[in-house]
Amino acid sequence: MSAAERMQRQQSRTAWLFLLPLIIALFGVAIWPLARSIFFSFTDAFLDAPANYGFVGIDNFIAVAEDPVFWRAVKNTLFFTVISVGLETLLGLAIALLLHRAFVGRGIVRAAILVPWAMPMVVSTRIWEWMLNDQFGLVNKLLVTLGLVEKGVAWTAEPSLILYTVIFIDVWVTTPFMVLLILAGLQLIPEEIYEAAEVSGVPHWKRFWSITLPLATPAIGVAMLFRTLDALRMFDLSYVLAANNENTMTMSIYARDQLISFQDLGLGSAASTWVFMIIGLIAIVIVGVLRLDRTTG
Amino acid sequence: MTKMAMTATAPAKRYSNSTYRTIQRLRTFGLYVGVAAVLVYMLFPYYWAIVSSTKSGQALYRFSLLPSLDFSNYRQLFHNPVFMGALVNSGLVAFASTMISLVIGILAAYALGRLQFSPGRIILIAVLMISIFPQVVVLSGMFEVIGWLGLYNRPSALIVSYLILTLPFTTWILTSFIRDLPTELEEAALIDGCSRLRVLTHVLLPLMGPAIASTGLLSFILAWNEFLFALTFILTDENRTVPVAIGLLTGSSRYEYPFGQIMAASVTVTLPLLVLVLTFQRKIVAGLTSGAVKG
Repeated sequence: MSAAERMQRQQSRTAWLFLLPLIIALFGVAIWPLARSIFFSFTDAFLDAPANYGFVGIDNFIAVAEDPVFWRAVKNTLFFTVISVGLETLLGLAIALLLHRAFVGRGIVRAAILVPWAMPMVVSTRIWEWMLNDQFGLVNKLLVTLGLVEKGVAWTAEPSLILYTVIFIDVWVTTPFMVLLILAGLQLIPEEIYEAAEVSGVPHWKRFWSITLPLATPAIGVAMLFRTLDALRMFDLSYVLAANNENTMTMSIYARDQLISFQDLGLGSAASTWVFMIIGLIAIVIVGVLRLDRTTG
Repeated sequence: MTKMAMTATAPAKRYSNSTYRTIQRLRTFGLYVGVAAVLVYMLFPYYWAIVSSTKSGQALYRFSLLPSLDFSNYRQLFHNPVFMGALVNSGLVAFASTMISLVIGILAAYALGRLQFSPGRIILIAVLMISIFPQVVVLSGMFEVIGWLGLYNRPSALIVSYLILTLPFTTWILTSFIRDLPTELEEAALIDGCSRLRVLTHVLLPLMGPAIASTGLLSFILAWNEFLFALTFILTDENRTVPVAIGLLTGSSRYEYPFGQIMAASVTVTLPLLVLVLTFQRKIVAGLTSGAVKG
């Protein structure tokens, strides 16, 4: 054995040793629970006596797929994800472009926009619930004073509005994250390109379309991927605002409801396995699209 | 600074001097109006929560934009044993899971970021995949694990289960930090016969202070804000964490909603986070973006 090979082998042994705690911990809190959840989906176990079960094949998966409430939750989640990630990206890009310019107090402003992001989602939801209250909320007071509506709108109770209210709050909470990631992308664009474009007399809007946007696309793409996967598993906002109201129920709320409220371990696990498969499929598609983009662009 | 903005945006077309100056002035004015609008949008709701938290009784339903400095909501809150207990639980849980994640994360990040090790890439991808897992997917399995450990309805159940959130996060970010550190010092130490663990604790660790502070802070925020596990694995009020306590705070009916108290609780819970975030702002931004932009 050569000395280089021996060193290689020794490094690899050290690496396993350093990784051991991570591997054990992640096995215990992620891989094993995931495997058990999938296992329980094929059983008729109940939460109060999980050791007492029989195998039922794919009955639970069929039961979930035949439940219109589940598809309602899937539809809500997808609608919520597409609209809020879309709005967050546009708003995030606009604010990032604004904050990328030089002005007095830029550092403080960049710190200040972190506020909505650092708050617990429950707190943000509660604050907006108060601001949007139909009788005593500031937003309705403003709208009535301006004469835009005659009496307060029940933003958080009216079935046709409530999902939009959820989207509105989510956009407020997560836009700072988008701004940060896009700003970091903008800072990677070398100044020289803009100087060259300026000298050649390229107009502003064209500089944006042919320099800023294409060069910031990788950062925007990564930010959108993170946000999409996060939005697909959303739980707390809808739950605090409306508990298990069908108009805002997400896939996560549906799965937890089966498991905890109905104590049905088998059905609840099947529902969460469905959620896992749906999100996994979407993740594979998005990562594929990003890859494609990178190789062709 | 405004001068910089001017030179950066100087148009290629030629204008007379005075027109040019007017255009620049308008543009700077527009910039500040835009920044002010962003600030109002981002900060006003929190300001309104502070204002509302200092109002009680009828004052809460009038729309004065200034705080009325009536602290009875806070007094009630601080005499509420459930809320104070929740504050302690939240702090303990977030602190413990962050510490565990940092120790395990630093060890793993050294292996993944420095050692020649071919399965490293696969492990890193697996860690990233675990971090995008929907939490609800492991809920039933986690229930069983917590039952086995005998931790059901105990705050320590959350310390264990939060590792699925904080551990992938700290590992991923610390790995990218370690890759950015220069290797010369370590190589010198290795040639002198230091063990890998000694190199990590005596050479790298002192250099990683800022990275560890920002990663730890982000992980603390992640654990402090968590809701789903805290709602599911804790049954009784005295073991709850703050987000769940606030989420479940309701009046006896829709019309007796204790908004003043809810706002006081919201302000109290958010204030320590905001102080930390604003103090470590630069490091947080570095931590958040290093993971995402390079990954």
